[in-house]
Amino acid sequence: MSEVAQWFVFIVASSAAIGMAVGVVTQRNPVHAALALVGTLFAVAVLFVMQEAHFLAAVQIIVYAGAIVVLFLFVIMLLGIDKHEVLDESLPLQRIIAGVVGVGSLVVGAIMLIKADAAPQTPTDSPSSISGTGLGNVEHIGRSLFSDYLWAFEITSVLLVIAVVGAVVLVRRRSGPASADTDNDTGTGNGAESGAPGKARA
Amino acid sequence: MTAIDPNLFLAVAAIIFVIGAVGLLTRKNALVMFMCVELMLNAVNLTFVTFSRELDDIGGQVTVFFTMVVAAAEVCVGLAIIVAIFRRRRGATADDLNIMKG
Repeated sequence: MSEVAQWFVFIVASSAAIGMAVGVVTQRNPVHAALALVGTLFAVAVLFVMQEAHFLAAVQIIVYAGAIVVLFLFVIMLLGIDKHEVLDESLPLQRIIAGVVGVGSLVVGAIMLIKADAAPQTPTDSPSSISGTGLGNVEHIGRSLFSDYLWAFEITSVLLVIAVVGAVVLVRRRSGPASADTDNDTGTGNGAESGAPGKARA
Repeated sequence: MTAIDPNLFLAVAAIIFVIGAVGLLTRKNALVMFMCVELMLNAVNLTFVTFSRELDDIGGQVTVFFTMVVAAAEVCVGLAIIVAIFRRRRGATADDLNIMKG
């Protein structure tokens, strides 16, 4: 790809990513914010492809845009949260603090970018080197994942199982004959709520 | 190899991260706050990939893979918590969650 084409793709993708990110923050309707989030994720996937991270670009589209945002949309539409949003956000002090935090972190990041020295390169005969091995991106990540990072990979499966079990326990409707003990073990932390179990079940 | 300076990728990632952080601090809708957290995670992923290219090391990309797994698990549990809160309180803004205020 020629240099002009690379610059063109980079400018389009990065401005789309930043613009859509602004859209996520500023859109009043959560559905529109979720769609803007899809745009940001897609643009970041393009930036991944530009840096030859093809596997991560595909995973970004499939997992983030395909699964996570759809989960957001499910929750928005099932619960009808968008109808209940309080549109006036009366947090003037917090807005000022947020602006200060944002500008401060940008300034710190800019200083670090300007001051940074050239990074030390890993030797190209190292097994984790990208350019030296001649493997494709997917094959290289796969080999690395199942050799150097095998322990972390196995821990990941435990994490996913815990997340699924936790989600099922959290959203389970507490009704029917088995509700007594479940109300007991979850209602201890919030005393004001457990006083009105009938309202919670309605 | 792309001809574009890696610092530009890092700058884009920093801007997206700051937008996410500001959104997290200013919005009150819990779902939009979650989306802002996703934005921040994505910006960090972009930083990881950029450094992976610049340092010529595949470990950065593997780390992004694990970050995505953790983000998926976080969204799964977080949305379940929002659903549970919504069932109890008929609202999912951060102002409704004042039961622990001192």
